[in-house]
Amino acid sequence: MTAFPGGNFILSGIFAVFAAATVAGALIAALSARVIRGVCGLALCCVGLAGLYCFLRSPLLALMEILIYVGAICVVIIFAIMLAEPEETARGEPGGGALLWGVGALALSAVVFWGLWRLSTQQSWTAPATRLTDGSPKAIGTALLTTHGLAFELISLVLVAAVLGALAVARHGRTRP
Amino acid sequence: MMGEQLYEQPASYLLLAAFLLAAGIYGLVRRRTLIGMLIAGELIFSAASLNFMALNRFVAPDPTLGQVFVLFIMGLAAAEVAVALSIVIAVYRNYRSVDSKDIAELKG
Repeated sequence: MTAFPGGNFILSGIFAVFAAATVAGALIAALSARVIRGVCGLALCCVGLAGLYCFLRSPLLALMEILIYVGAICVVIIFAIMLAEPEETARGEPGGGALLWGVGALALSAVVFWGLWRLSTQQSWTAPATRLTDGSPKAIGTALLTTHGLAFELISLVLVAAVLGALAVARHGRTRP
Repeated sequence: MMGEQLYEQPASYLLLAAFLLAAGIYGLVRRRTLIGMLIAGELIFSAASLNFMALNRFVAPDPTLGQVFVLFIMGLAAAEVAVALSIVIAVYRNYRSVDSKDIAELKG
């Protein structure tokens, strides 16, 4: 236990704040009527996830989550919203079909959540007897450049191909009248 | 294990990941624009990452493996967003809309 008095309560409070940010962000991202609010919900959800990664003893992943998701992906999606102006609320579907789809989607996600809840609470998760490494950023860097070196290089190749493909696809049709 | 704090139990993280997955599936079915569906897909990616990190922290004997895998997921998500958004821009140029109902030329 920690030496600081009441440290467990403080940590529990911080964990509750980050978990609530994750849940609220996911709800906003999935339910909000306007797409721009959905992007803001995604950003909030990613900030909460970064806090959860800190609780899972991986500050490097928390930094990367903020850097990549909030700093890159959300900003790029906002650029696309400004360019493509999606209008989610403009036209409504005919009543019966929309209600049917809503109930179906809600039932599907509820079944998935219930099944995973059963799986994760009924299992008894046992900690491993020994840890091979300490999981520090230094160990991650060593693993990236030795054990997972091929996958690391392939990821850079995939990123180059994705950037070139994105440029080619978005450039097409630009000179059209 | 039961007397521990909530943030020391794997089940709380796994439940959060399951909630993210459920919200992502709901959004993927319910959203009517392509960008909204892309946002829901990012939620599903985050659910997978959180699941990997929780099991990596509590169960895996090598704690670097899950972190490396989540780094790869983030890189693939960035590449996916770049390609998908360029496709969205191209669709908007041709159809003047990104509503999934309007892109129905190949519908039988």
